[in-house]
Amino acid sequence: MGEEVAKKPKRKERMPMPEQDPKVRATNFKEVPLGYTEEMAIEEAIRCAQCKVPACVCGCPVNINIPAFIKEIAEGNFAEAARKIKETNALPAVCGRVCPQESQCEAQCVYNRMGRAICIGRLERFAADYERENDLIELPEKAQPNGKKVAVVGSGPSGLTVAGDLIQLGYEVTIFEAFHKPGGVLMYGIPEFRLPKAIVESEVNYLVQLGVKIEYNSIVGKTVEVDELLGERGYDAVFIGVGAGLPKFLGIPGENYGGVYSANEYLTRSNLMKAYRFPEYDTPIVMGKRVCVIGGGNVAMDSARTAVRLGADTYIVYRRAREQMPARGEEIHHAEEEGVKMMLLTNPVEIIGDENNMAKALKCVKMELGEPDESGRSRPVEIEGSEHDIEFDLIINSIGANANPLLTKSTEGLELNKWGYIVADEYGKTSKENVWAAGDIVTGMATVIEAMGAGRMSAMDIHEKIMGVPKNKETSPEALPDDLECTLPDGK
Amino acid sequence: MYEIISMKELVPDIFEAVVKAPEMAKKAKAGEFLIVMADEKGERIPLTVADYDREAGTITIVFMTIGKSTYKLSKMKAGDSYYAFVGPLGHASEIKDYGTVICVAGGVGTAPIYPIARALKEAGNKIITIQGARNKDLIFWEDKMASVSDEHIVMTDDGTHGRKGLVTEPLKEILERDGDKVGIIYAIGPIPMMKFSALTSKPFGNLTMVSLNSIMVDGTGMCGGCRCEVKGETKFTCVDGPEFDGHQVDWNLLGSRQRIYLDQEKESLDNYKAEEGL
Ligand SMILES: Cc1cc2nc3c(=O)[nH]c(=O)nc-3n(C[C@H](O)[C@H](O)[C@H](O)COP(=O)(O)OP(=O)(O)OC[C@H]3O[C@@H](n4cnc5c(N)ncnc54)[C@H](O)[C@@H]3O)c2cc1C
Ligand SMILES: Cc1cc2nc3c(=O)[nH]c(=O)nc-3n(C[C@H](O)[C@H](O)[C@H](O)COP(=O)(O)OP(=O)(O)OC[C@H]3O[C@@H](n4cnc5c(N)ncnc54)[C@H](O)[C@@H]3O)c2cc1C
Ligand code: SF4
Ligand code: SF4
Ligand code: FES
Repeated sequence: MGEEVAKKPKRKERMPMPEQDPKVRATNFKEVPLGYTEEMAIEEAIRCAQCKVPACVCGCPVNINIPAFIKEIAEGNFAEAARKIKETNALPAVCGRVCPQESQCEAQCVYNRMGRAICIGRLERFAADYERENDLIELPEKAQPNGKKVAVVGSGPSGLTVAGDLIQLGYEVTIFEAFHKPGGVLMYGIPEFRLPKAIVESEVNYLVQLGVKIEYNSIVGKTVEVDELLGERGYDAVFIGVGAGLPKFLGIPGENYGGVYSANEYLTRSNLMKAYRFPEYDTPIVMGKRVCVIGGGNVAMDSARTAVRLGADTYIVYRRAREQMPARGEEIHHAEEEGVKMMLLTNPVEIIGDENNMAKALKCVKMELGEPDESGRSRPVEIEGSEHDIEFDLIINSIGANANPLLTKSTEGLELNKWGYIVADEYGKTSKENVWAAGDIVTGMATVIEAMGAGRMSAMDIHEKIMGVPKNKETSPEALPDDLECTLPDGK
Repeated sequence: MYEIISMKELVPDIFEAVVKAPEMAKKAKAGEFLIVMADEKGERIPLTVADYDREAGTITIVFMTIGKSTYKLSKMKAGDSYYAFVGPLGHASEIKDYGTVICVAGGVGTAPIYPIARALKEAGNKIITIQGARNKDLIFWEDKMASVSDEHIVMTDDGTHGRKGLVTEPLKEILERDGDKVGIIYAIGPIPMMKFSALTSKPFGNLTMVSLNSIMVDGTGMCGGCRCEVKGETKFTCVDGPEFDGHQVDWNLLGSRQRIYLDQEKESLDNYKAEEGL
């Protein structure tokens, strides 16, 4: 099949991915991008120049051998492509969907300068979906059991990676998860229309088939302590991947009125508890008629797009300018297509409630861009006398997260930084003996793939420490695949 | 899966379930709570640890049927299992020798207050219990409460059992009589009952602990849904509480936040009742 297509003239432009029509999708929770067909995938794959020095690889935090997997797709070997990716990335169907490719792999692609970077993420997604949908997933060979036990706390991307790596090396691995479902932010944060939950469950199932045990409803620091795991429970090592998970509020008057949510609560109700299918599912959610989401990041876009689907007239209130929004361009674009309106350079100062203590309006001031601050971004400054009230019946705070102290505060000997995040070295080793940590609880909110890369480093270090096997530089997320070299302007 | 070992209706609409949960039973202390989900489509609802048996590995919960989730729980039988049963959560009560302690229990609040009274009794306190309900049919665990109390006063709104009147009446009398000996007051029950108990004790200045029942999701400080205001500061009931100084709680806000989902809860319960033919 590959040859046939290869006869066609190569396309120059990026192969677009079909999407649900904005008007239709704004009323459902089904996935927005529909995925490539086999023909589309091949057509896109043959655009890749198969660079001898593929800069794209350096842009990927886990150094997937990008030209190699793309070559398999170009030749029609889709399942092989998926296996190639899985050598370094256990969750390709997830990463192909949620990685900020435009600032990672695709940013480094040689064609990017012309705005025609290879659609690496879409191809990754295609390969993983093909393998899963055609039941071609093969379990890798596992090492003989080595008699060692590792406890993984949290089943987000970092924890899943550690569990997957160590189970293959012969460890007995148990994940302790606070919720009744696995996946961390993949399950409770990122909405269904961006990442179908069936995919997350299938990726977790793969680990379960490999032998990973999961204890749900188990809150480490409450149900069981870290020291208990290392002591009575006989674990040789504990890995902590509990994420950030503490909502930030603005600290303005009126924030405790009804109809004011943190993005965490709003998204958890909708995604994990499936409140969008109320009353089939029991958990209720405030739908709102006019909804305001405060913030300009990806989490804000996810919240706003959820609100649209629940039938609300939805606004984003952001105190800086559009160019300064931290959200991915694609997400902002999707949100606007679906009807989300932007109120930029607008800063909330107070929430006004009605006689029942329910939010009814947001008092805001207008801002203008002033001198750049340390980060180089122009600092917004208040325009005097610009105070005004905007009516909203649901307000969602999406201004970031802090470190949740539940586990860290109840675990002795774990060094934290001044913001409460766990201090760990590049291999995730913490100040506490036999305890490693990675992901958002170390770095603050980052990305799925970064949490996975950090998880892999921890797994390697645990293996070295417990079994005395020196780190395999070739499988390190820092190592480059095969004999590839990497030259980036910044010398990475 | 968390198996129900036994299940009974204590009094109309109030149920007691003993549940197999060995990990939680090892750790649970008076004042803590847990989160339960009846089934996969269920809501996560908080309930207090009403009792525990470390050896048998069981936890006892007592709940009142008010909405769909508690109705669902009431329909489950011994041998069935809950989909999720998570905890123990929150801070345990501070158990020490305060001298004399008054425990004020309103309605289903008897369940959470019982283990606290027992622990305080074991710590050497003199326990005065005021147990109240609307009428005699709604009084439960009277023997259990009596067994941990030095003085046990039963109150009903209609006088069908014990004294007629509200729990705040004997509370006031005791404080007038012996207020300076009372080291702490525990008041647990419906919001109005806790609020008025706190108002009653306020002029006397005795520390009055209440256990707030905010609406929760995760119970671990992750969502902020359980926010309340205490002494003008925002607190998360699940991780900062659930017990707070009743004199400092913003009761109006708590009450309003309880009513956020009123319409949806009603819809949910009506649908459920229609389906179940209730
Ligand atoms: C709404 C939203 C959208 C996002 N979108 C993207 C995106 O598009 N692309 C991207 O790359 N990144 C995105 N991110 C960021 C990304 O999801 C995170 O960086 C990543 O999930 C962090 O992984 P983690 O393994 O550190 O922990 P998490 O994913 O946070 O998982 C932690 C897990 O630990 C569990 N846990 C916590 N405490 C305990 C305890 N005491 N005991 C047991 N278990 C515990 C939690 O329940 C959870 O399951 C998004 C984040 C959010 C919130
Ligand atoms: C820490 C804590 C401990 C608790 N312990 C117990 C206990 O031991 N036994 C017990 O019976 N209940 C207890 N509750 C209350 C219990 O969680 C609620 O009764 C339950 O969530 C109601 O669910 P539902 O779906 O049946 O009713 P819903 O349909 O959700 O609610 C119906 C109505 O009940 C009221 N309500 C809703 N949530 C609560 C709430 N959290 N507390 C009080 N009233 C509420 C509201 O007025 C609401 O409109 C506790 C709550 C907390 C926070
Ligand atoms: S994992 Fe993410 S960064 Fe790496 S190649 Fe895939 S999409 Fe790009
Ligand atoms: S840089 Fe671009 S063209 Fe070169 S190998 Fe990577 S994806 Fe292909
Ligand atoms: S219930 Fe979510 S923070 Fe308390």
